Amino acid sequence: MTEAPTISRGRAFRRAASHALSSRWSLLALLGLLAVLVIVFGALEGIPASRLLGLTVRGILLGGALALGALGITLVFGVLKMANFAHGDYMTTGAYLGLVVMALIPASAPILGLGFGYEFVIALLIVMPLTGLVAYGLDRVTFRRLRKRRAAPIMMAMAALGLAFGVRSIIYMVFGADFTFYYQGGPRPIVELLPGLRVRTDQLFILAAAVVLIFLVYLLLERTKIGKAMRAMADNSDLARISGIATERVVFWTWLISGGLAGAGGMLYALDVQLRPEMGWWLLLPLFAAVILGSIGNVYGALFGAFTMGIVWQVSSAFVNPAYGPAAAFVVMILALLVRPQGLMGRDK
Amino acid sequence: MSLLTVEGAVSGYGEMQVLKGVSIHVDDGEIVSIVGPNGAGKSTVMKLVFGLLKPWEGRVTFAGQDISGMAPERVVRLGLCYVPQVENVFPTLTVEENLEMGAYILDGPLKSRKERVYDLFPRLAERRRQRAGKMSGGERQMVAMGRALMLDPRLLMLDEPSAGLAPLLVDMIFEKVAEINQTGVAVLMVEQNAKRSLELADRGYVLAGGTNQVEGPGSTLLRDPEVARLYLGG
Amino acid sequence: MSDPTFFARSALLAVPLYLLLVVVLRGTSAILKHAIAVVAALALAVALVLMLPPGSLSYFTTFLLMGSVYAVLTLGLNVQWGYTGLFNIGIAAFFAIGAFTSALVTTVEPTGSMAAFTQQLFGLGAPFWVGLLAAGLASGLLALIVGGPTLRLRGDYLAIATIGIGELVRLVFQNERWLANGPQPLRGLPQPLSCLASSEGCSYLPGFVNAFFEPLSPREYPYIYVAIVAIVLFLVYVGLERAIRSPWGRVLRAVREDEDSAAMSGKNVAAFRMQAFVVGAVIMGIGGSLYAHYVVAIDYGHFDPLYGTFLIWVMLMLGGSGNNRGAVLGALLVWAIWTGASFAIDALRPTLASISPELPQRGPYVRFLLISLLMLFIVLYRPRGVLPEEKVVSLARD
Repeated sequence: MTEAPTISRGRAFRRAASHALSSRWSLLALLGLLAVLVIVFGALEGIPASRLLGLTVRGILLGGALALGALGITLVFGVLKMANFAHGDYMTTGAYLGLVVMALIPASAPILGLGFGYEFVIALLIVMPLTGLVAYGLDRVTFRRLRKRRAAPIMMAMAALGLAFGVRSIIYMVFGADFTFYYQGGPRPIVELLPGLRVRTDQLFILAAAVVLIFLVYLLLERTKIGKAMRAMADNSDLARISGIATERVVFWTWLISGGLAGAGGMLYALDVQLRPEMGWWLLLPLFAAVILGSIGNVYGALFGAFTMGIVWQVSSAFVNPAYGPAAAFVVMILALLVRPQGLMGRDK
Repeated sequence: MSLLTVEGAVSGYGEMQVLKGVSIHVDDGEIVSIVGPNGAGKSTVMKLVFGLLKPWEGRVTFAGQDISGMAPERVVRLGLCYVPQVENVFPTLTVEENLEMGAYILDGPLKSRKERVYDLFPRLAERRRQRAGKMSGGERQMVAMGRALMLDPRLLMLDEPSAGLAPLLVDMIFEKVAEINQTGVAVLMVEQNAKRSLELADRGYVLAGGTNQVEGPGSTLLRDPEVARLYLGG
Repeated sequence: MSDPTFFARSALLAVPLYLLLVVVLRGTSAILKHAIAVVAALALAVALVLMLPPGSLSYFTTFLLMGSVYAVLTLGLNVQWGYTGLFNIGIAAFFAIGAFTSALVTTVEPTGSMAAFTQQLFGLGAPFWVGLLAAGLASGLLALIVGGPTLRLRGDYLAIATIGIGELVRLVFQNERWLANGPQPLRGLPQPLSCLASSEGCSYLPGFVNAFFEPLSPREYPYIYVAIVAIVLFLVYVGLERAIRSPWGRVLRAVREDEDSAAMSGKNVAAFRMQAFVVGAVIMGIGGSLYAHYVVAIDYGHFDPLYGTFLIWVMLMLGGSGNNRGAVLGALLVWAIWTGASFAIDALRPTLASISPELPQRGPYVRFLLISLLMLFIVLYRPRGVLPEEKVVSLARD
């Protein structure tokens, strides 16, 4: 019997070690390690620190638009337990709806210090609920049928894939394949945050708008009855039914908010970059990377993931071809999954 | 007329039949306990009543209304509330939010209702802003029951309320059940701990092999050596 | 016959028709099935060559060709999804790797002035079949590398990882000039047995063969290639049918049905999933090679998410996942719908133009929409496809 204690001690040690290695802190340590590597390699390759800082700031600003998309994905995942692969194309829809709405509104002079006029803001306010309704409408004709059948989540994802391509094809049909901009050749005012650190004021607006929307969503989830019902459903949909929660109403609001955020995210992203029919599909990768890093279904995690991935995307362009930005986010996601598959905010196993 | 009647219920999961003809009834203000060996179908009866399962044969009536196969969201509005055995709280919601969800179908202010629950479970009052998932087993059970009581049900259904609890907490839970009953709420409970639940119950049913085997006042069943030997483990 | 190419074309066309009929026909007696298939194929081939004008016939041939290439890809997906339940949305990556590997292996690195226009990592100038095998190998290798960290993830995470692989491979072939001339196309891929369609004939083949095919001109090369593709497709199909009835196949199916009990009976579930993933990828790589040597010039644009991934999913879902026959049938059906839609949309040009003047030129996107609707229809109403999975009888008994 003298053997047994040694064996169990070894196993206990290994279990404790593996537990520690997959803990939240390890994941943060991994990200910290990557940051250190970036600084070290930056120094080795002669990249000035100011450039890295500028890219980080740009990443945070981009992260705002990503956060809206990630929040939408994680809400649908939490409440409806499905991976909405069409979310990127919902963002594209929002961006193009914005184009249409802005064509119908008389343009105004650029708002103080920004590169766009009030028509953009008005369009944003119109497009958000519009995209939300589109998302709900599509749910009613597709996912709802599958939910009633208790279809496997993978079939829902497959339907989402079909929706993604279907929505994109309609955008191709209506708008053509070329890229376009909201504002061609207009003023693009810049502001200098710190000496040598220049950002476009539009990008600051994007972050500010994202923060406002995120805060509103927070208020909704924490303070309103429907928000609590959404969280309840995400926790335990059977118990929600048992308590009498009107689950289809919760589904409606979930899609309205998710779609609304997608529309806003799409318009804001397009404001900064450009409009293309593929823009949403290309964003799927960094968006899901953000959501998975932060733990799928977790709102705070999605925000953390979005800003992290925004930074990864932008900073990577100092080292590789900027086209690989989303791929860099993807690689970081894989590394994070290897360390801690349940993501940052997930439950400890 | 009974508050709740189940007549000749036959049902199961998918193709597997679990209930082979169960008939029970609960009168206003009663405590009725269903005991029996594992796999007898005790939990299944609960799920059938509450609409989580559809009856293949038979009927369920509540307050004179046929609720066979009615969706849970509608059943709950009739004054019938259910506390499942496992996963019976919303873990990321606070105690207070759990209670609020219990009264979701109501529109008005819930302050007085919450106060009633806090009076019944003072421990919860101190912890109202704590996440339900972080609470101990006994506290979680209190939250689960509190949530179900928010609608002032006429009948409260409890699925193994003492499961997994330490003996002291088991006492506490059964005390609370008695307290709840004294306010006029009928209680139908399914229990592994047959002895304690039959002590408390006005009437009991012994379920085995998917049908009623014995029924009678709780005290009678307790003292019946046959019942004890076959079904209660002595 | 006034047409000198009649015999050659009929014979060549009969090959894919026969092979496809053997795959598609169901029957208990193998001899009867083969007999019917041979007769029907010859009759059909002769009829088509006689009755269809040359333009339509060569259109039919290329339809059969591309349909068969996609059938190979769909068979690969069937191993991953139908038999193992792996949700791979990055098919395009394996498709592309196979195509580009075959291209690099079979072409020669340009020298002199041409080197300014085309860059590639290497060029071995090897024959087609070496390219084919290398394509399968490279694709399998990619699957091995990618599968390591990702296969243990849950279904939807794996799907995202495969999207990532698809995008990454696309980006690499788009941006890395030194690798395969990206974004410019890599041209000049050799076509196997193209010598048969030329006036000299193939030096390594006996005289009577060359004489038989002598009337063919390079324009009629697709007839030769469709026979080659059909043979490869048939070999892959037969190989998979045997594999799925083998003990290995039975474990795969057990893993898909109930992973936990399979694990409890001691099977290394992770290893089997990896094997299925790799086998499927190898087949996709082979499909890539077949594709590349048909189009002769490839670039990253050929492997976009629609053509390289989504279309193949629709093919498998329509045909019936878990079913090799269904995979082939689904591929041919969807390809028929895809090409048929092309005609329909062309015919509807005036209607489209009346809705909007730009719509006719966006015809391809209308097809895109139709295929998406087809996919949604299948997922919502017929998730088991046209040919639901048949009960597979294993060859060996435990």
